[in-house]
Amino acid sequence: MALALVFLPVVWGAKLMTMRTLEEITQEILDLAVKQFKVPSGSLKAEDDFYKKLGIDSLQALELLSRLENHFKIELPDYEVQGVSDFKTLAERVQSRL
Amino acid sequence: MLDLTRYSSLGEALRDALETWPREVCLYESDRGQEKERITYRDFKQRALPLAKWLQDSGFAAGDRAAIIMTNQSKWLISAYAVFYCGGTLVPLDYKLRPEEQWKLAKHSGASVLIAEYPVWRQLSAGAGRVDAEKIQTVLVAEAPANADLAGGQRWEESRGAGEPKLIMRKREDLACIVYSSGTGGTPKGCMMTHGNYLEQCVALTTWYPFWPGVKYLSILPTNHAIDFMVGFIGPFTCGAAVVHLRTLRPEFVREAFPKYQITYVSLVPLVLRNLQKGLQARFDELPAGKRYVFELLRKMNVVLTKHRPIRWLSRLLLGQVHQAFGGHIEAIIVGGAFTEPQTLQFFYDLGLPVANGYGLTEAGTAVTVNDLKPFRADTVGKPLPGMEVRIVNPDADGIGQVAVRSKTVMAGYLNEPDLTAETIVDGWLMTGDMGRFDRTGHLQLFGRKKNMIVTEEGKNVYAEDIEQAFDGLPVKEFCVFAANYIWPSRSMVGEQLVLVMHLEPGTTFTEELRQEIVARNNRLINFKRLHGIVIYGEDFPLTASLKIIRVALAERLGKMRREEAIQSI
Repeated sequence: MALALVFLPVVWGAKLMTMRTLEEITQEILDLAVKQFKVPSGSLKAEDDFYKKLGIDSLQALELLSRLENHFKIELPDYEVQGVSDFKTLAERVQSRL
Repeated sequence: MLDLTRYSSLGEALRDALETWPREVCLYESDRGQEKERITYRDFKQRALPLAKWLQDSGFAAGDRAAIIMTNQSKWLISAYAVFYCGGTLVPLDYKLRPEEQWKLAKHSGASVLIAEYPVWRQLSAGAGRVDAEKIQTVLVAEAPANADLAGGQRWEESRGAGEPKLIMRKREDLACIVYSSGTGGTPKGCMMTHGNYLEQCVALTTWYPFWPGVKYLSILPTNHAIDFMVGFIGPFTCGAAVVHLRTLRPEFVREAFPKYQITYVSLVPLVLRNLQKGLQARFDELPAGKRYVFELLRKMNVVLTKHRPIRWLSRLLLGQVHQAFGGHIEAIIVGGAFTEPQTLQFFYDLGLPVANGYGLTEAGTAVTVNDLKPFRADTVGKPLPGMEVRIVNPDADGIGQVAVRSKTVMAGYLNEPDLTAETIVDGWLMTGDMGRFDRTGHLQLFGRKKNMIVTEEGKNVYAEDIEQAFDGLPVKEFCVFAANYIWPSRSMVGEQLVLVMHLEPGTTFTEELRQEIVARNNRLINFKRLHGIVIYGEDFPLTASLKIIRVALAERLGKMRREEAIQSI
């Protein structure tokens, strides 16, 4: 009982630490995209169409997804991101899997 | 040579295949690098026949239509076989389309049954358009979680009838599939493909690129696509070969699959082939100078020694490491769906990895010409397959004219579109709308299109008219979407673009607000359908008496403008 009292707040605390807001997730995705596609920091916005803004094709978009999976420690099946082309919607899909 | 003359339908041909190779593996089912199961031809039969019986018990009869929307996986093929077994017509739909587009095509096809994976169905059932497709009475949903709301659907896994179903015989001229080559926005072009079309195409393709038990085909192109349906299902199954499914298109898993399964054939669209090329080239560039020198020497040796025909064992010996990355068993990389740049094709051939590039269209039953590698000709799309008659209509001084095809593989016509069919199939010849010529050795070369459409590197056909509705209500006097190469013929099959031609309201100018509106609407389109730019035209569009735009005449007028000056990027 005493042990539980000690550990539960720690576990909850860890959980709370990993809970990110949509804005935070979006920003992390933007940062990852900046690194992966070597574009200037701050040049991407949440509403941007990543195909157009980054000039990437569907395969490069899939590579970005793999990077997101590793970063957020989640699995994003290909179907989950069908038709998604802006960072904000992508962040929503990531959030639903966290 | 494969002999399918005794069969009149795909159901019959597949039934015999399942009986002939019961112990051979027909499907390797993998999910993100993890192999989930291997399915033998006997297992396949044991899974498909109860589904066929269930369909028959539900009243699904000869000629009835079943639409299927799934990613590449065993249940796609099992469902298709069950439909053919019942004498039904399959309507393969693209899982990448939006729900409203899928509903539209499902409705147009007249399907009474819909078979879908749960993630697809989850979006479809919530999507607009369901009410219009009232003919669909039965929905089979595969792989739904235990507590999932099936929204009126029935679990695929539980759709098993007891007892033996009856194989329903069909004639060669009966419909096997309705395949949509385009038309999600405008007129749906549902190609009516007969059993005879597929049986003939299967024999023609396997004559040059045979399958046999032990061959492993990596299925990456969507199975609803005419190429994968043939070389990722009918071809390998009628020959006892196996198909590998990955459930993902992530490049890292695709690369891993080649050595893991020792792949024999794979079909790719140019986009993926180019991605592989980039990856390989980057690795070559990283080699230390000494190794790079040796590698280039070996590559040059391979080029000289395989100039007239591929010598696969020799190439594997000379360039072992490259071939190991592809599993060491590649017979050919089949590339299709769109035009591939010769440099990319040559890159692979020089490494001893033959690329069977070709030319085809759904309406012609997939492939019309394929490179026979005797010798490899990267600058062409190969020679006509056995059974294909190809001629050039109205050639100009350079011998370039419209490519026309006559063959037993040519579709019966477009569903519910007799006028369009009559325009497309003239005196038994399929007018492809593509421009080409034959060289002295009988290889076909392509030089642009006569049609107002583009084909993307991903193999997607986009007809300009199909995306016009996305711009309905735009505050301009009139507008029209064109493929830029249709207005300004370029004799090229690459870099195709769509442009929005607008005639502004009198006294108005092209404002930033209007540009933003166009950009916003453009961004709502799926990426491969988007406009590249706009053209402002200062005169009234030529119209018919019923006020329809005369596109040919408008294109002619626009063609007088200089392309570079006319198109403004958005």
